[in-house]
Amino acid sequence: MERIAPSHIDWRSVVLVPLLAVFTALVIGALIIVLTEGPDDVVPAYVALFRGAFVGISAISETLTAATPLIIAGLSVALGFRAGLFNIGVEGQMTVGGMAAVFAGFALSGLPLVIHLPLAILAGFIGGAIWGGIPGWLRAQTGAHEVITTIMLNFIAYRLIDYLLKQPAIIREGRFDPISKDVLPSARLPQLLDWITPSLRLHGGFILALLLAWGIWWLLFRSTIGFEFRAVGSNPSAAAYAGMSVTATTVLVMAIAGGLGGLAGANQTLGVLYSVSPGFTSGIGFDAIALALLGRSHPGGVVLAGLLFGALRAGGQVMQVRSGVGIDLITVVQALIIVFIAAPALVRALYRVRAGEGAGQLTRGWSA
Amino acid sequence: MRKYTRLVALLAALAMVLAACGGGEEPAETTQAAETTVATTPDTTEATPDTTEGTTPDTTEGEEPTADVTPIRACQVTDTGGIDDRSFNQTAWKGVQDAIADGYATEDSDYLESTSATDYETNINSWIQEGCDLIITVGFLLGDATAAAAEANPDQYFEILDFAYEEDIPNVVGAVFNTVDAAFLAGYLAAGVSETGVIATYGGIQLPGAVTDFMDGFVYGARYYNQQNGTDVQVLGWNPEEQTGTFTGDFENLDNGRNVSQAFVEEGADVILPVAGPVGEGTAALAAEIGNLWVVGVDADWTQTMPQYADVILTSVLKGLDVAAYTVIKDVAEGNFEGGTRVFTIAEDGVGLGTIASSVDQALVDEVEQLRQQLADGTLNARDMAEN
Repeated sequence: MERIAPSHIDWRSVVLVPLLAVFTALVIGALIIVLTEGPDDVVPAYVALFRGAFVGISAISETLTAATPLIIAGLSVALGFRAGLFNIGVEGQMTVGGMAAVFAGFALSGLPLVIHLPLAILAGFIGGAIWGGIPGWLRAQTGAHEVITTIMLNFIAYRLIDYLLKQPAIIREGRFDPISKDVLPSARLPQLLDWITPSLRLHGGFILALLLAWGIWWLLFRSTIGFEFRAVGSNPSAAAYAGMSVTATTVLVMAIAGGLGGLAGANQTLGVLYSVSPGFTSGIGFDAIALALLGRSHPGGVVLAGLLFGALRAGGQVMQVRSGVGIDLITVVQALIIVFIAAPALVRALYRVRAGEGAGQLTRGWSA
Repeated sequence: MRKYTRLVALLAALAMVLAACGGGEEPAETTQAAETTVATTPDTTEATPDTTEGTTPDTTEGEEPTADVTPIRACQVTDTGGIDDRSFNQTAWKGVQDAIADGYATEDSDYLESTSATDYETNINSWIQEGCDLIITVGFLLGDATAAAAEANPDQYFEILDFAYEEDIPNVVGAVFNTVDAAFLAGYLAAGVSETGVIATYGGIQLPGAVTDFMDGFVYGARYYNQQNGTDVQVLGWNPEEQTGTFTGDFENLDNGRNVSQAFVEEGADVILPVAGPVGEGTAALAAEIGNLWVVGVDADWTQTMPQYADVILTSVLKGLDVAAYTVIKDVAEGNFEGGTRVFTIAEDGVGLGTIASSVDQALVDEVEQLRQQLADGTLNARDMAEN
């Protein structure tokens, strides 16, 4: 089978540019600390950031816990990119999937973990798949651009859980503020490290994320369906000429991407929060876009990028405790990374890196 | 809000790509962007102390700690609004700073900001490990995380602001606020200044108590004004008996606040109380634009937090999160911590009115002050105005 892939990997664009982008973002972050806090705060802040991300079992547990939903959500966006679709709707898919998983998690009772947990995860996938499938279907049937429809469905999802969290069947007994009932223990992702210290939050979702990354890699690069995804992404007209159904592929890609988004939400609600309240997705769905860009839309790259962002989040928490530097710096550093990743020419110009050939097309344009 | 910030950041990044594609990609462009970020940051942090100044009632000032006070380390965990939210988190932090100034809290008292729901547990645990004497959490969003941490650490003192548990936890103070009384005063004042005889209120999300108490009080105050003065001022947007009214649906969309307010204005309203957090800023913007419309602020003193709209702000219904934080820090410092639900009332300035617009008739302001005293000493009960 022929593969649509560059004949050789351009290591400069795949490895060097992302690394330099991260490095440059951290340097500018240091400048911001100098200007806002003073030059003496840079080293303690970055030492705390590093320690909080990597030093000790607790730091590593927090990094992996933070990375898990980012990886799964990043896979969702990456899959869309590969098929030429820009899925900005991960927030909404997470919201709906997370809610569906919680509902399955408290509404079904008396089941053993081996049945209940997979059912709750499946509910999350289906919820997200519906939320992602709708824009896919709209795109295929009417040509409505998925950038518009997914972002609009985000808002519908936010309002949907506002509504659901008022319903007596969902809101927790005795509470008036919007918070759902708790997921039963039989539907929670098992803690992996609580035998060391109960406060270690790493849970089974991390293993799920790695399996999903492998699964998406296999789907994209080893299966016939994945070949069609990438063919449609590279050149829909040629794919159609070759007898592939662009319509069916678009719906399927968006449904799977949405399902992944739903799993990212379910990961948060079944693994960390055990309930739903408004805004529980906290921008992970948007971070995922950055991750997919940083990871070059490759599942392996997404895992690495997810670990990096997870480390920044976990380390940022500790940095906030140990030094006066606020957590917002992390948001700034992440945004700068995106700037440099999205504009590789900037990094190349800064560091005199020669341009690789064929930077690759991200998505189809509005008119495609 | 934060999620939108990220999206904006991303879109800005994409915009820069387009700019770079347009030719002449120069590193200068990025440094410029960085400078802009830097330039705006100090402004906002500098503004922080200014905007909160003066929102604490005078009771907290001028007190000198007695001999048996041990200053404590008080540590705050914000909800996802962040420390400079011009609302709950910022007001609570003001209370901690007041306690530091008065010698009840130590200089190393500090706060941690949460950016997502998953941060609450981590941040609270960080403070427990750092050895804080009192951990102050802000808002119902932290309800679960605070309860879990309190049960796992029974010797650690906690205070959660604007939230109470059904079953008291012995090492947690749940601080809630009797906002009906303060809103009652605002309703009376609003009815007094209204020229059209129509005033209005709307909410963000219909949260029983947290939001509706303001609206109840506002209506009761207007009714009391009618009763005392033989007028017939109408209140649009809320029916306290039916508990039905107008809500924008969230605490984020300023434009909804503006639209709802526009509709009220078209029905003749000339004073509006938005109980919707930042959404109310939409009402203030509308008032600044069209004139002849007063806005009543909520939670903090809006003449301080939104000075650009000071001309259209009639007054503000204050929720004294700073008083609540300060009081419990003082209790712990004096060794008098007592867990359980604690209602902060108008008598101890736990709730009250903010700055009243200077153009309001002094006689009316005096009447409102009299009512405040009557509510404080119990000779007047706002809830008596309910028509059941």
